[in-house]
Amino acid sequence: MAVTEMTTKLTLGPIAYHWPAERRRDFYARIADEAPVDEVYLGEVICSKRAPFHEGELPEIIERLERAGKTVIVSTLAEVMLKRERKATDDLAVMDTPEIEVNNAAGLYARGRRPHRIGPFMNAYNEATIAWMAGQGATHVCLPTELPAEAIAVAAAAARDEGLGVEVQVFGRASLAVSARCYHARAHGRTKDNCRFVCEDDPDGMPLRTRDDAPILRVNGIQTQSESYVDLLPEADRLVADGVTHLRLMPQDVDMVAVAGVFRDVLDGALPVDEADGRLGVLSGAVNLSNGFYHGAAGYRRIAMAART
Amino acid sequence: MSLAELICPAGTPAALRTAVDAGADAVYCGFQDATNARNFPGLNFTPDELAEAVTYAHARGTKVLLALNTYPPAGKVDLWRQAADTGARLGVDAFIVADMGVADYIARTHPGVRLHLSVQAAASSPEAIRYYCEHFGVRRVVLPRILTIPEIRQIKREIPCEIETFIFGNHGLMVEGRCSLTNYLTGQSTNMDGVCSPASDVEYARHEDGSMSSQLAGFTIDRFGPEEKAGYPTICKGRYTAPHRPEGYYAFEEPVSLNLSRLLPELIDAGVHAFKIEGRQRSKSYVRGVVRAFRAAVDDIRAGREANMADLVALTEGQKQTQGAFETKKWR
Repeated sequence: MAVTEMTTKLTLGPIAYHWPAERRRDFYARIADEAPVDEVYLGEVICSKRAPFHEGELPEIIERLERAGKTVIVSTLAEVMLKRERKATDDLAVMDTPEIEVNNAAGLYARGRRPHRIGPFMNAYNEATIAWMAGQGATHVCLPTELPAEAIAVAAAAARDEGLGVEVQVFGRASLAVSARCYHARAHGRTKDNCRFVCEDDPDGMPLRTRDDAPILRVNGIQTQSESYVDLLPEADRLVADGVTHLRLMPQDVDMVAVAGVFRDVLDGALPVDEADGRLGVLSGAVNLSNGFYHGAAGYRRIAMAART
Repeated sequence: MSLAELICPAGTPAALRTAVDAGADAVYCGFQDATNARNFPGLNFTPDELAEAVTYAHARGTKVLLALNTYPPAGKVDLWRQAADTGARLGVDAFIVADMGVADYIARTHPGVRLHLSVQAAASSPEAIRYYCEHFGVRRVVLPRILTIPEIRQIKREIPCEIETFIFGNHGLMVEGRCSLTNYLTGQSTNMDGVCSPASDVEYARHEDGSMSSQLAGFTIDRFGPEEKAGYPTICKGRYTAPHRPEGYYAFEEPVSLNLSRLLPELIDAGVHAFKIEGRQRSKSYVRGVVRAFRAAVDDIRAGREANMADLVALTEGQKQTQGAFETKKWR
C-alpha cells in the first residue's frame, strides 16, 4: 500500500476565475517554489473573452513551473461555440508540448489520435466511455466531480487496465453548470458582449444566497459553482486504494500552497487525517467543506467521519 | 417530404397515441428508468408498452425515437445496453444518445438503427458534431438552445448530418449534460439518474405575512408575495440575492418558456431538418393542443401559406415567452 501512496500525484487544476495577470504570475511563482504538487494545469477553461489577458504570460509561467520540476498541462475551453473559441481549441490541439487536457468534443476532433488528457467537462462517467477514449489516444482521465465512490472505483480500475492515469477533484468548488449566458454580466445588467470583465471583482466567485439568506451557489462568468469547497481529504486513502492516481486541487482564494501541503502530508502518512482536515477547515475560512457527491448524497453535504464506511 | 419534421413528446402511452393522432412526424420517449433524462415518477414506458406504441405509431406512418440520453455511471452500463437491445428488438426508428460509450455500443451492436445526438451531448460547434458523426455514424444532432439562427445556418454548412432544434416548451438555461445543480441540492443526478429538480423534494411553505416559499430539498429557490403565483422550484429559474442585488433577482433566467413559432420559416431556411417540442412531463391535452397547432403551422409553411401563429402564442397559457438565443446573441 505504501508504495502506491508514494506514487500518488497531487495536481493543481486550472484557475477557474478571472484573476489578473499579475496575480496569476505571483500565484504560479509561489506554486513553483513552494507547493508540493506534481502537475499543474494552466489555460482558460471557462470564458474565451478572458484568454487574451493572460495567454501572453503563459510561456513564462510554463517555463517557471517546469524548471521547478512540475509537469505542465494546458487545458482547453469547456464550451466551444464561437469562432474564436473554435480557433483557440484548434490552436491548442495541434501543439506537441506541453500536454493537452481536452474539455470539449471539438478539442477531441481537432486532436485526433494524438495523445491527450480527458478533462472533467468531457463526461467520462463510465468504463465503456473511458475505453472508447483510450482507443482514441487518451492517456489520462479526470472523472466527473459528481461521480460517487462505487463508480469511481469501477472507472478507475477500467482506466488503469487501459494504461490511463485517473484523476479526481479532491479540493475546491465543484463546477455545477456552464451556460452560454454570462451570469456575472447579467447580475450587473450587462450582456456577455459588453461585460467589461466584471467577473474580475470576485476572485472566489460571486456568492448567491437564497431569499432566506442561506448561501447556496457561486457564479463565475458562464459557470455556476458549488458554494462549498469539495474536500475529499479524509477519503484520499480510499481513492488511492481504488486506483485513483492523481488528486486534483482546484485553485481557490485561499493559501493553496498550504492546502497542497496538507494533502501531501496525508498522502505521505506524515499527518493524521483528523488533524489535517481540521487544518484544511481553518485554511478554508468561512467556506463550508463538502463531500456529498462522493458519498452519493446531495453534493453540499458533509458526511461525518463516523458515518463513513 | 422530410423537411420540417415535427418531433413530439410522448411521456406516456396515452400521450404517444395523442401525439401520433395530432399529426406528429415522430415521437420521442424513454423507458421507466435512469436511461433517459425525464426519469420522473408516472412517466415513460415498459418494454411491453413500447412494443404497442411502436406498432401504433408505425401503422400511422409516425416514427418512434427512443431517448437513451443520460450518462451511465461506471458499473451500471448494462442497463443502458439492455435498453438499446430492447429498443432495437422492438423496432424503434432511432436512438437519441449522449454518452460516447453508449453511442459506441449501439454503433457496433445495432448498426442498422439511426443514431441521433441528444442535446445532452452539448455539441455546439461543427467540430464537436463531426466528432460524433465520424466516429459513431450520427445522422442527426439536436442542437443546444444557445445558438442564433445565423450560427445554426453556418453550422449546417459544415456538418454532414441533419439538425433538430427545440422550438417550444421548457427553456433550459444551462448547457445540457453539464449540469449537476440538482445533484448538489438533492443527491439525485440529472446526468446519471435523469432527474431535474424532482417533485419528491419540493415543498411550498406559507409564511405569516401571506408570502410563499417554494423549496427544493429545504433550500428556498424563490419566495412569492401574497399576490404572486408561486412557481415550481427549478434551481436555474429561482430568485437569489447577490452582494449588490440584495432585493433578490432571477440570477439565471426568468421562468419563461421557449416559443419559436414566429421563427419557423427562418429556421427551415437555415437548414433545420426537424423541430422538437419539449414536454414529456406534460398532459395529454397539452400535447394535443401543441402538436395540432404546430402541425397546422408547419403544413402552412410547407405549402407557402401564411401560418396562423395566434393559436401557438395562446398555448403558453399567459406564461412569459422567449425566443432565447435564437433571435439575438444579446440573450447571452
